Amino acid sequence: MRIRNRWRRLQNTLALSAAYALTGIALVPLALVLGYTAVRGLPAASHLDFFLNVERPVGIPGGGVAHAIAGTGVMVGLASVMAIPVGVIGGLYLAEYGGGRWASGVRLAVDVLVGAPSIAIGLFAYALIVVPLHHFSGWSGSVALAVLMLPVVIRTSEGAIALIPSSLRESGLALGLPRWRVSLQLVVPAAAPGVITGALLAVARAAGETAPLLFTGFGNRFWNLDPSQPMAALPLIVFHDALTPFRSLQDEAWGAALVLVVLVLLVNLFSRWVLRRQIRLAGQL
Amino acid sequence: MIQALRLPLRARRPPDRFRAVTMAVSCIGPLVLIAVVVVLYRVAQPAVAHYGPGFLFARSWNPVSLDFGAWPFIYGTLATSAIALALALPVGLAVAIVLAQPGAQRVRATIGTGVELLAAIPSVVYGIWALYVMAPFLFTRVEVPVSQRLGFVALLSGPPRQTSLFTAAVVLAVMILPTLSAVSRDVLRAVPSGLRESAFALGATWWETTWKVTLPAARAGIFGAAVLALGRALGETIAVTMVIGNRPDVPASIFYPAYTLASVIANEFTEATGDLYPAALAELGLVLILVTLAVNLLAQVLVRSTSRATR
Repeated sequence: MRIRNRWRRLQNTLALSAAYALTGIALVPLALVLGYTAVRGLPAASHLDFFLNVERPVGIPGGGVAHAIAGTGVMVGLASVMAIPVGVIGGLYLAEYGGGRWASGVRLAVDVLVGAPSIAIGLFAYALIVVPLHHFSGWSGSVALAVLMLPVVIRTSEGAIALIPSSLRESGLALGLPRWRVSLQLVVPAAAPGVITGALLAVARAAGETAPLLFTGFGNRFWNLDPSQPMAALPLIVFHDALTPFRSLQDEAWGAALVLVVLVLLVNLFSRWVLRRQIRLAGQL
Repeated sequence: MIQALRLPLRARRPPDRFRAVTMAVSCIGPLVLIAVVVVLYRVAQPAVAHYGPGFLFARSWNPVSLDFGAWPFIYGTLATSAIALALALPVGLAVAIVLAQPGAQRVRATIGTGVELLAAIPSVVYGIWALYVMAPFLFTRVEVPVSQRLGFVALLSGPPRQTSLFTAAVVLAVMILPTLSAVSRDVLRAVPSGLRESAFALGATWWETTWKVTLPAARAGIFGAAVLALGRALGETIAVTMVIGNRPDVPASIFYPAYTLASVIANEFTEATGDLYPAALAELGLVLILVTLAVNLLAQVLVRSTSRATR
């Protein structure tokens, strides 16, 4: 009996250490990706030219990714204008009236759409916009990004709005306010920080997407702010330049990757902080 | 009596237009989903009509003779995703078990943040890292030694290549890890604490409680998490495209180059001319999206069923 118990205790210790060791292994790739991107990206990204100039041919120094930063900004901005209002209102419906069968159907469809492969979304935007217009454009890229953002915005806004305790709704209704006033003037302002960070997370996700832009935004070697023309984007620069045999272009790819990673990490850490604050505040209401 | 009181009240209440408007807007999500599938089918239609169902199992991919078959890509997609899932599952489960334990919140919050940041890193950044850092390392430390020692096993034979099915599977494993651990953690947390406490009260150790009580109670949800991660792996494009080697062939060994549905579309669609070539690529996209949608649907149903049953 005593031997058996000692064996059980040993087994327990072994399993516990194995679980923690495997958890440690899970964090190794994060450190490696961040570390290598910083080390390989800094040489390119530490020059001011990198953020001010556009791409230059191989062998000519001083090239940069300003056009790609602008292109990503324009396409993600347009996508946000399309996806965020629709997503927030959709999330509002799911949070405020989301008890029924229909709402859970919508929820399921949205969750499935989150998992749709981004390359297929790119094909969708290509068929929808590039084919009728006969050329690649920033517009088609932003439509593809909007489709990717929409489900994320819906679900994060629903989550943020559902955090608001029902006592706030009930006090509004008790004062005789109609439902729409309660929702728009009490609940949404209280949930605003959470809704905004959810939207920011979607923006960060869209800014890092490459696959849907390959045959929509397409990329552009020149400065361009006109969304009816092909547009450059940071992820496209990383993808194309990383696969070239030229050291200077590879450095440029690493630099662009570093810019993307910094952007995404800042947004994520910020949203995490806001979310924690929201949960605490909602507990106090 | 109560019915009699309620009816006139309901008749007097004005229709909730706000509800109708928001509901209409929320329908855009499902409509987009349907539109994506319909539009892809319409683009793929010439190839669907021309090649018929045999397209799925034909093994040639020749844009010059317009001889197209999807099998090498379906094989590559399934093989990379399956290996990735096998690699990520033990680690993801361990992370979920650690994160779902009550207590020591500060350590867990740090680990949880770290794992979720893995999910935030863009695919193309994984791609460039895998191409320049991970692939050379795996080549010299794993692929070459393994193929030299275990080369008599057909699937592990050499000579290996830096960009291979195996490299793609490893980077995919890293990329699906956050999905796997976050969803399984939520599922494990939904297991009623009474179950766990009863096991402890009977004298079970931490490991016996986890292995014989908590995990079996969360079985369906963990399976759902694995299926969800599989769906992510199937549709992943850019990182895989950069390290899989891009050869439209069914590889004899996991250390040979291969191709996936998503990466062949990414590489060839902008250069596809004529009618049948782009349509064939779009049909690959249609296969991909139908499979991932089915997989995701299954996963959602599984995850929902556990969290509802145990709530």
